[in-house]
Amino acid sequence: MGKLEIDYCGVKFRNPIVTASGTFGFGYEYNDYVPLEEYGGFAAKGLTRKERAGNKPPRIAETPYGILNSVGLQNPGVETFAKYIMPELAKTFDTNVIANMSGNTIEEYAEMAEILSETDVALIEMNISCPNVKHGGLAFGTNAAVVEELTREVQKRCKKPLVVKLSPNVTDITEIAKAAEAGGADGVSLINTLLGMKIDINTRRPILANNMGGLSGPAVKPVAVRMVHQVYNAVKIPIIGMGGVASGADVIEFMIAGAKLVALGTAMFAKPDLILDVKREINEYMDRFNIDDINDIIGTVELN
Amino acid sequence: MKKVYKCELVSKTELCPGIFDFVVKAPEISETAEIGQFLHIDCGGKTLLRRPISICDFGEGYVRFAFQVKGEGTRELAKFEVGDMIDMMGPLGHGFKMTPGEKAVVIGGGIGVFPVLGLARETDSAVFLGFRNKDLVIMEDDFKAVNDNVTICTDDGSYGYDGFAIAAMGEYLLENKVDMIYCCGPTPMLKAVKQIAEYRNIPCQLSLEERMGCGIGACLTCVCKTTGKGMAEHKQVCTCGPVFDAKEVVF
Repeated sequence: MGKLEIDYCGVKFRNPIVTASGTFGFGYEYNDYVPLEEYGGFAAKGLTRKERAGNKPPRIAETPYGILNSVGLQNPGVETFAKYIMPELAKTFDTNVIANMSGNTIEEYAEMAEILSETDVALIEMNISCPNVKHGGLAFGTNAAVVEELTREVQKRCKKPLVVKLSPNVTDITEIAKAAEAGGADGVSLINTLLGMKIDINTRRPILANNMGGLSGPAVKPVAVRMVHQVYNAVKIPIIGMGGVASGADVIEFMIAGAKLVALGTAMFAKPDLILDVKREINEYMDRFNIDDINDIIGTVELN
Repeated sequence: MKKVYKCELVSKTELCPGIFDFVVKAPEISETAEIGQFLHIDCGGKTLLRRPISICDFGEGYVRFAFQVKGEGTRELAKFEVGDMIDMMGPLGHGFKMTPGEKAVVIGGGIGVFPVLGLARETDSAVFLGFRNKDLVIMEDDFKAVNDNVTICTDDGSYGYDGFAIAAMGEYLLENKVDMIYCCGPTPMLKAVKQIAEYRNIPCQLSLEERMGCGIGACLTCVCKTTGKGMAEHKQVCTCGPVFDAKEVVF
């Protein structure tokens, strides 16, 4: 077993570094810069039951140490993914693909889980927190009882490990994490973006056509680390941590806080070859502290 | 494998207040660059995202690009001095598609004149460049050095043709038949050029701009509205463009 190898819900990951859904397309774009086999796996663009055209542009705005986005889940739909995209990915790349899905109703989520279960995806990540879709995400992700029911119903028809992606836009994220666990989730991933807004003071209009969007990037990292730490102490299921990860040190920090896998996202927009630096830095850290197995650092934070 | 390059700034000129003309040593980029493609530049400072800047010109081992200081990114970029290394990705996107022997109109407005310099040189074309006033006229010598039929236009009539470049182009099209119109400029210009091209049934290519994230097609933030259906209703400016067939673009 390699010293970076991770077992997540029974799936073998070459290393703990994955990517955050929505930042990585379907992988091909970044494969032009670094072979996808360098990652432990990658999360594909978020899918919905039917294809979606997404929101009007502008969809992105830079904020202090972060970005706001409001793509609005533009995607080809789960059936196109299952029929055409995933078989091609499985044939082309030797890495784990995490499918990410968003729905408007419990039935829609369950149908998508069923469809994705018949593909070669390694994990199914259920987005209950995307703040961009008016009638979807937020309502599911902010109510513990709904999260438990949704997870239970989807799990009935899901044959792959089911990971529930949590929203940080809640009062107590541990309540939602516990609800997902009670509903039978195999894992949780966090955090999704924080709802934000940027206004052009000259025109008095928001920069984003959608007015509000999801904040990501280094600005959200301390919030994400805190939430991973809290969720790690609240549930037994394994965590995929993300939110502003931009270096090997950041990956290590999330793992010490309790994450088993850690996703890169926004930082890759500026550095498409970031994974290479991240892996080098992790290896240097492990050498410096004589760590033979990366699993040994998970959840090892020593509180003051 | 594509790469991120560190390129030495070898020449820096301020064309007019706040508009800079940079030449960088970039052998790999210049080797494959096409007219109309762009560079995705790490401007430094506190910026997180790269900024997309169109390639103005390229040749043996060098790439030239120019930009106007508009926000934080371009303000940082303007701080680079000769000898500094600039981190950039490129050439990115799809450039203009030229057909040998075609007769063309090349029209640019404001800082939109930079990406069309190569077209003025490579095509048999009439060139119309629009600026707000005489003080903002840039690149006149560059264009006149490569093309014999350049009309400089100013909105206020303080220099050259008195009026919009679109008007000058309109007059030219009354007398001349062309096979293609190439345009880069502010949205109102793009929109008007598209309308004229469609009215006169002339094929037309537009270079678009949009707030951008990754620059390589993955993040789906820099989209423009197109005639496509479903997911194709929005296409990435970075990879499907920045140059589009005008027929496909919806304003």
